[in-house]
Amino acid sequence: MTTSFAERPPVVSGATGAMTPAWARLVGRVPESSNTTSYVLQFTDPQLARRFSFLPGQFNMLYLFGVGEAAISISSDPSETETLVHTIRHVGSVTFAMNRLRVGQCVGLRGPFGSSWPLEHCRGRDILLVAGGIGIAPLRPVIYQLLNNRDQYGRVILLYGVRSRADMIFERDVQNWSARPDIQVLVTVDYPDKSWTGPVGVVTKLLRRVRVESQRTSVFVCGPRVMNRATAHAFLSHYVSPEHIFVSLERNMRCGIGQCGHCQYGPKFVCKDGPVFSYASVQTIFGKDEV
Amino acid sequence: MHGAAMVTIRKNELNTLINSLRQDGYQVIGPTIRDGVIAYEPLDSIQQLPTGWTDHQDAGRYRLKRRSDGALFGYVVGPHSWKKYLFPPRQKIFGITRNGGDEFVYDPQPPDPPRYAFLGVRACELAAIDVQDRVFARQVPDPYYAAARRNALFIAVNCPEPGGTCFCASMDTGPRCKGGFDLALTELRTSFAIEIGSERGRKLVESLERQVADDNTRHLVDLMMQNAAGHMGRTLDTGDLPAILMNRLEHPHWNTVANKCMACANCTLVCPTCFCSNVEDKTDLTGNHAQRWRTWGSCFTLDFSYHTGGYVRSSIAGRYRQWLTHKLAGWHEQFESSGCVGCGRCITWCPVGIDITAEAATIASEAPQDQSINRCRVALED
Repeated sequence: MTTSFAERPPVVSGATGAMTPAWARLVGRVPESSNTTSYVLQFTDPQLARRFSFLPGQFNMLYLFGVGEAAISISSDPSETETLVHTIRHVGSVTFAMNRLRVGQCVGLRGPFGSSWPLEHCRGRDILLVAGGIGIAPLRPVIYQLLNNRDQYGRVILLYGVRSRADMIFERDVQNWSARPDIQVLVTVDYPDKSWTGPVGVVTKLLRRVRVESQRTSVFVCGPRVMNRATAHAFLSHYVSPEHIFVSLERNMRCGIGQCGHCQYGPKFVCKDGPVFSYASVQTIFGKDEV
Repeated sequence: MHGAAMVTIRKNELNTLINSLRQDGYQVIGPTIRDGVIAYEPLDSIQQLPTGWTDHQDAGRYRLKRRSDGALFGYVVGPHSWKKYLFPPRQKIFGITRNGGDEFVYDPQPPDPPRYAFLGVRACELAAIDVQDRVFARQVPDPYYAAARRNALFIAVNCPEPGGTCFCASMDTGPRCKGGFDLALTELRTSFAIEIGSERGRKLVESLERQVADDNTRHLVDLMMQNAAGHMGRTLDTGDLPAILMNRLEHPHWNTVANKCMACANCTLVCPTCFCSNVEDKTDLTGNHAQRWRTWGSCFTLDFSYHTGGYVRSSIAGRYRQWLTHKLAGWHEQFESSGCVGCGRCITWCPVGIDITAEAATIASEAPQDQSINRCRVALED
């Protein structure tokens, strides 16, 4: 029950087709951890800036001149129209090049692509967000949107697992959310240091600390593969319906438009049928190796 | 019964047809012998057709042989397909120059593709082009493919003698051309029977010395094609195949095939429907001019599934399974058609003779004995 192709915002790209990037200027950098930075971007062409909008969970293809392209989810508030933010962990040639970019320089950008978290569909329900590491980036727009429309949803709970405290990103956001009465935030770390007094262990362990009303709960999951699997299965065993467990998946996306074939996942293209899938739509292949 | 208009022409009139196409500005592409195979190359006249040749095909085997007659189209499909013209193996997507600081200027758009007249397109190949249309010309049209496809003219040829690896009858794509052509030829002893499939085709035929086909000729063509449908080199039962394959992702036969498969990617390169590609970005030595190229990719290469988390399909079993289940199962959900048209190329050109019809049949007919392979077990909570 994720958004269909027709309901999505128009794709913004260069003048010569969906495979050519438009250009956006880096207007700000926010260091998030030792290897992760948030990049604030603004389209160089104001007309494109006005045309661009996105749904939580969608991604852009970011192009570093001559280096290559990478699919990166959008981590900013969808109602913010002046700028958009990508939160990037530096792990490959494109993301290393991104790290070298100075404020004022430009990146190529085309998007938004892909399906989104089904917020409309889940109105009135409890929303349980489970994030692992950098997986919180595509969930942050959801949290912004939930908090902007707080009266339309039941309880909102964020379970966030990180390797260590130093790996936690969006720390200020997490603190702000924790201070609010209308969202419950639980953070767990795998490797605690001496200052850590919170929960320790994998994120599914946090399930013991929250009350899940399975009939009225929708679960949004984004993290490493093993976490996604364990979390989905944990909620299934709590009797949450497979139609109400949503998982954002990661594959190597080269085109974003279902033509290059790299992101195939069974009969799905992660770039256009996903990245957000309901568990029900992929349950026959979910967790199978090498599909 | 095929009610379309049908005429007959003498075989030499095909030259008149080629000439008038060339005068109309078409680049005529058709079968010719190159490097010991029948390839699709630019043609000036029927002299370049493989007249009097046929091909013997089997799993991992392809040989050209002399025929006892002078048939112009007495063979089936070779390793090439029309895909290389509509979806070129290497294609520049854009060039871009960085001027000093932050001004980026795209190169002018490349010229439009030539107007192609494809001569000798087989029924399975018309079906394959329809399959690729669903990838490249529907939701987000590819500019080059859409332009080449829109202008292309199709002179099809029916196959009265299917090859050793053909199974178009099983895939319901042939041996008779059902649509998607401008003209469809059936080669008779001294003439061609021509079905007219479009207004463009009708105009073309008007310039030829022709006769309206009589009932005997129509009947003969029907009989030839019925006979051909019963003489396929291979068969494939497609009944519930998509569901069966997707339920047998852990069948041990995937590993049996993988023990033979060299992951050479030949099958994906000769396949007329395989559409996967790589996107390559690079710069010149100054670093100020960059290009993006699209090149044919293959799910059989290890790199194909690489992403920051590693390789999705590190085993050959996983890659073969991906290819076969995509062709015969996943394609239906993605594009509302099979990804296989039954042309048999992947069987013929597999260096070790892996046969898609045999492997699919084995997986479909034998319930797996051993459920343990490739099974991942998930530790939920400690």
